Amino acid sequence: MGRLATAIGSRLVIAVPYLWLLIFFLVPFIIVFKISLSTTAIAMPPYTPTFGLEGGISGLVEGLKELSADNYTWLLDDPLYINAYISSLVIAAVSTLITLLVGYPIAYGMARAPTALRPVLVMLVILPFWTSFLIRVYAWIGILKPEGLLNQFLLFTGIIDSPLVILNTTTAIYIGIVYSYLPFMVLPLYATLEKMDYSLIEAAQDLGCPPLTAFWKITFPLSLPGITAGCMLVFIPAVGEFVIPDLLGGSQTLMIGKTLWNEFFSNRDWPVSSAVAIILLLILVVPIMFFQRAQANAREKGL
Amino acid sequence: MQGSWSRFNIVSLILGFAFLYLPIVLLVIFSFNESRLVTVWAGFSTRWYVSLFSNQGLLDAAWVTARVAFISATVATVLGTMAALALTRYTRFRGRLLFSGMVFAPLVMPEVITGLSLLLLFVAVNFDRGFATVTIAHITFSMCFVAVVVQSRLLTFDRSLEEAALDLGATPVKAFFQVTLPIILPAVVAGWMLAFTLSLDDLVIASFTSGPGATTLPMKIYSQVRLGVTPEINAVCTILIAIVTIGVITAAIVNKRREVQRLRDEQAARRL
Repeated sequence: MGRLATAIGSRLVIAVPYLWLLIFFLVPFIIVFKISLSTTAIAMPPYTPTFGLEGGISGLVEGLKELSADNYTWLLDDPLYINAYISSLVIAAVSTLITLLVGYPIAYGMARAPTALRPVLVMLVILPFWTSFLIRVYAWIGILKPEGLLNQFLLFTGIIDSPLVILNTTTAIYIGIVYSYLPFMVLPLYATLEKMDYSLIEAAQDLGCPPLTAFWKITFPLSLPGITAGCMLVFIPAVGEFVIPDLLGGSQTLMIGKTLWNEFFSNRDWPVSSAVAIILLLILVVPIMFFQRAQANAREKGL
Repeated sequence: MQGSWSRFNIVSLILGFAFLYLPIVLLVIFSFNESRLVTVWAGFSTRWYVSLFSNQGLLDAAWVTARVAFISATVATVLGTMAALALTRYTRFRGRLLFSGMVFAPLVMPEVITGLSLLLLFVAVNFDRGFATVTIAHITFSMCFVAVVVQSRLLTFDRSLEEAALDLGATPVKAFFQVTLPIILPAVVAGWMLAFTLSLDDLVIASFTSGPGATTLPMKIYSQVRLGVTPEINAVCTILIAIVTIGVITAAIVNKRREVQRLRDEQAARRL
């Protein structure tokens, strides 16, 4: 009896979250794919064909015949979309690199800090992450706009004569992404740097290795797992970012998350926005699987 | 090791934390600005906080958000803990690879994709959008964060304790609730808090999955931000920041106390 209950119990522990994710994570992607092959229609829902059980098998077959890859050929013919994909990838890559350059010294400083101070420093990195993304992006509008605090400060100190235009440019997007995603970079870096054996560096220096060479030959390679994890955690969501390009980038900048949003909410073209989402997913599927495998490996090793 | 904390390290930490905190500090300061022009200081005032409480739309949105966050965090914690148990305890079952993929993928999935796909699901099954759909959407992505937090705790958990309880005749359910759960509780609580704030903060997924009558606070803030920076928004943001900060710091202190208590208990047990 007890054994039976245990067997049922362990099944439930697996089955309940499994089913939830199947229904609310995997199935939706199949629906997105199907709708990306549909045609826009003035109806609710605004696409055709809609599959219903009332049509039976023959209805289903009829529906399948109506599906077409038109949305995809349309997307690939229109330079607007291709440019949006490319500029999203470029912006995400550049900002990931800047985040790494900004985050590495911070993580390194944390890892070398006195042991008693480290939990406080970790807490200080995590705390901004808990405060709303939207609020943190909003905070930068007041700083970056022409009559904003940064320009006031620079004009006051006499560094510049006329206000800089930063808001509504790509620079503002870089600042927004680096700022918002910095904790995602610092924490994995800190986790690997903290575990590193610093006597290796001391040994290298005792043997006459200059500090910078010691860094490149020892610290950097040993922190590679943290670098990969941090870069994935920044790059993947940044490619599809919506809030930052919308609030800081203005109407000039092109990013695919914003394009999808506009396609959906302004143009109400559900099939095209589905096709945009599917292509975005295809672009990201390699980095996502890479990230997932790295995560699973790290966890199985108990790191 | 302490001697190696160089000046370079300290300077990079100071600059790094200044970068992280300065924008938030400025936002809070300017919420107390008398002037409607957010970036020109005109004296201290709490008038924007007062005017908030007569803004019925904002208060309604805050109430919706609080309920969605509470329900979704609670369900996500249960599901996420189950998922973490499944991943750490059962190394072999059919479809485990797919399962772990579905747990880790939402962590990095762009929000526009998650939001769009869930909306299309709700439309496909003709489910009216509103409070329930936002809650389901939030459960789905935040349970994965809970699973990751709880899983990392379970991996360092000493299973012999649980086995001892089973050997002494406890049922697995009883062993879980009386032995395992109390030990992993800090991680479960941290997971709940994370799920709660994720739900509190989410704009993109809520915008897709919400319907009439279920406008959340971030949606409300976003629609006002698009019209420009106003001190009222600074005031709302300051209140949200205060709530989250107090919550996180309290949790950290409680955790620290528990840890100290546990170490003391262990030492006392050794002395016996």
